Amino acid sequence: MSYENPNAVLMVEDLTVSFDGFKAVDGLNFYVAPNECRVIIGPNGAGKTTVLDLICGRTKATGGSVNFKGHELLKMREDQIVHAGVGRKFQNPSVYEDLTVFENLEISYPKGYSVFGALAFRRDQQVHDRIEEIAEIIFLKDALGEKAAFLSHGQKQWLEIGMLLIQDPELLMLDEPVAGMSVAERVKTAELLNRIIADRSVIVIEHDMKFVEDIATRVTVLHQGKLLAEGSMAHVQADPKVIEVYLGH
Amino acid sequence: MTMTSPATSAALTKAAPPRQGAFLDRTETMGAIALAVLIFVILPLALDPFRLNLFGKYLTYAFVAVGLVLCWGAGGILSLGQGVFFGLGGYALAMFLKLEASSPENTAIQSTPGIPDFMDWNQITELPFWWQPFHSLTFSILAVIAVPAFFAFVIGTAMFRRRVGGVYFSIITQAIAAILTILIIGQQGFTGGVNGITDLRTMKGWDIRSDEAKTILYFVNGGLLFACLALAQFVRRSKLGRILIAMRDREDRVRFSGYDVASFKIFVFCLGAAFAAIGGAMFTVQVGFMSPSFVGIVPSIEMVIFCAVGGRNSILGAVWGTLLVNWAKTLFSEAFPELWQLGLGALFIAVVLIFPDGLAGLWKTHVNPRIERLFPRRTTPTVPAE
Amino acid sequence: MFADYSGSELLSIFAMQGFAGLILFSVFVLMALGLAIIFGQMGVINMAHGEFMILGAYVTYLVSRAFEAWAPGLFGAYFFVAMILAFFVSGGLGMAVEWLLIRRLYKRPLDTLLATWGLSLILQQIYRMVFGAREVGVTIPEWMMGSLVLSDMIEVPINGLFVMALAVGISAGVYILMYRSRWGLQVRAVVANRTMADAVGINTERTDRMTFAIGCGVAGVAGAAFTMIGSTGPTAGQLYIVDTFLVVVFGGAGSLIGTIASAFSISQAQSILEFFLSGSMAKVLTLLAVVGILMVRPQGLFALKLRK
Repeated sequence: MSYENPNAVLMVEDLTVSFDGFKAVDGLNFYVAPNECRVIIGPNGAGKTTVLDLICGRTKATGGSVNFKGHELLKMREDQIVHAGVGRKFQNPSVYEDLTVFENLEISYPKGYSVFGALAFRRDQQVHDRIEEIAEIIFLKDALGEKAAFLSHGQKQWLEIGMLLIQDPELLMLDEPVAGMSVAERVKTAELLNRIIADRSVIVIEHDMKFVEDIATRVTVLHQGKLLAEGSMAHVQADPKVIEVYLGH
Repeated sequence: MTMTSPATSAALTKAAPPRQGAFLDRTETMGAIALAVLIFVILPLALDPFRLNLFGKYLTYAFVAVGLVLCWGAGGILSLGQGVFFGLGGYALAMFLKLEASSPENTAIQSTPGIPDFMDWNQITELPFWWQPFHSLTFSILAVIAVPAFFAFVIGTAMFRRRVGGVYFSIITQAIAAILTILIIGQQGFTGGVNGITDLRTMKGWDIRSDEAKTILYFVNGGLLFACLALAQFVRRSKLGRILIAMRDREDRVRFSGYDVASFKIFVFCLGAAFAAIGGAMFTVQVGFMSPSFVGIVPSIEMVIFCAVGGRNSILGAVWGTLLVNWAKTLFSEAFPELWQLGLGALFIAVVLIFPDGLAGLWKTHVNPRIERLFPRRTTPTVPAE
Repeated sequence: MFADYSGSELLSIFAMQGFAGLILFSVFVLMALGLAIIFGQMGVINMAHGEFMILGAYVTYLVSRAFEAWAPGLFGAYFFVAMILAFFVSGGLGMAVEWLLIRRLYKRPLDTLLATWGLSLILQQIYRMVFGAREVGVTIPEWMMGSLVLSDMIEVPINGLFVMALAVGISAGVYILMYRSRWGLQVRAVVANRTMADAVGINTERTDRMTFAIGCGVAGVAGAAFTMIGSTGPTAGQLYIVDTFLVVVFGGAGSLIGTIASAFSISQAQSILEFFLSGSMAKVLTLLAVVGILMVRPQGLFALKLRK
């Protein structure tokens, strides 16, 4: 039932992780094509966030393979995975509260990753221009000098998206990007996401079905760590197994 | 700093986006100048050579405290074993000085002339191979930095690569301090045991015990301290400094911003170790001995309090804190030795509960605003104060 | 190196050495139990743990003096009174310390470490001012003196046996308290999920205070036991602190079985090495091995793998 694509950017095969015998993700297969926006849905505890954790190296897999453009991600460290071109946004906004918006973006600027590179890093015009460009996109141009701790919840979410954007990843993973936002913020975020997913592959976890319908190329439904259904939004919504899982209890 | 709504502060920052500012801001410049005046002018003029030497000894602890600001204040890594590096640096230089003091002529009465006296007392008849290179001053000075830094590199690599941090790191560094102390005391034939390496006399023929030598060494020490302060400031102001702060708050996020967190922690731990080692070497040459009582758990944790009193986030504060605590210690333990220990204990508790940002924090919240009011700045700041 | 000994002599040496190791094991277990509760369950670094032990030892000293003066007839039983008193005095101080100090610092573990170090300095100085800088020893009751002669070469000191019995008894007590009592269930619930525990009606603040107090009380009992095999000085507590923390960390924080297993392996390693090397080298090698193993396996011997 899994849709295979030989040109896939990301190939997840037989991915399994167990915590003391409990299989949070169990033999999962899926493929993400270039420029695709894949949305992962599923009930609580289905293993959605764990899948993202496994891909970005935060959790070590028990078995299987995650291949990204020829790199075996399961054997790489988190920072190496980032350098390979995978960016990850966390569910709760994860920004550096003690630093300003500018500094948050500067740390994410893809230069000077090594110890001595970081020592030698200078804020040149190019860095300034790029940071301002990103700040413009994420609606924070006027708050560059602000400490991130004083931003609103929604602004922190945007900042974190901006921190990913400045790295220009080929695969962007977003965990519930509109959770906890006001209606107005939600609309702005949808607009923002629609702009940034245009020329890269994206994996999104989201509960808001309206939002999913807007952005998804394909939808993957997870249940108890396993793949339940995959296909277009209309296709999975019509799938009796999906209806059973969501409504059957 | 009070909560400001994004809108009002946006108006402040709209005009000028943040630039990388001067090497020192106004407060830091004033602090640095005040410290330089104190160390290079006031103390040498006001104190007799004995007291000046005493303050020189205090300043050697300041090297450790500055290293701790980087490791603990900025990086969130609290090492309770900085005495290890202070001691290793101190011992490296002490070994050279001891060999020079143990020339065959000086030690003619020993059963084996030409080796340090404590070896002779312990029936050792030949200089151990690992003492041999310490005949060379160049080698010894290199060893002062290289041995502790390498040691820190090994410990740091082993621990940070496996993501051991927080209190576990503190406990293990403390255990290492205990192990090294027991080792030095137990192997007295090779290390001088509990008394340490004593009776150091000359350095390349220059008598380090004379008042004149002590005064010169005091200034050398002060110069080295300012060099370390400048280096520490450079590190803090670089992107690496901001990465350290980011790491302290959200280590995970830093990884996913593409940084190898462990290598940054190892670097800053090694730098802190190197600073401590320079302090240890300067201690040896100014005070004339080195002993395990500067290596163990108690001195290591006392060095943390020097840093905490000054302000764990302030490089200059660490120096002021070190001077203040040690000066108070000397003052009190001469007059009321019993009260000092109680006072020191209370200081540990107070610095945690009442003023966690130390002297630097008190300065920032109480003194600096008054100065700002008295002497307002001509230009408005482009970056809100940190 | 064994050539000078006959077979039976060698056997006896190993038996005696093994027994010395068992006494050291008991001492480690007693020291570590209180800390296993405080550090293992609450994650609080109490650098003054040794001083809580010493407090128990001083209480025992005072009780023995009191019995000598006022009830010499009951002298044989003073230790049991002392032990109970030590538990409540150390536990009471622990409760006060939790209220004044620790509860303000639960989110700042490194600061707790510094503050409790300050507390340890203050306690040491108070002991020095009250009891003097010199070590004090208690008079051991008559029934605890002498040794049990097993063969003409193997003798087992009775006070050593007594300390071992105490270690077993207190371990069992702590086990029952933590895993078989309602209170232990509450403690573990708070550790597992503080918010949830709060929501189901557990008074988490009170649980914290009681946990800390009981950990300190157990330390006091350990201190009382130590008076049977050694003397007590104001700074004796500091000597224990590194060993104690290593035992708990090595065992895997949060695991009682782990603590006991690690106390056993560290004590046996040390006492066996002591037979071949000088005391200080045996200690250095043992601690180095522990630190080395912890670098390879930072979670300790026994640890749960958790979903982050």
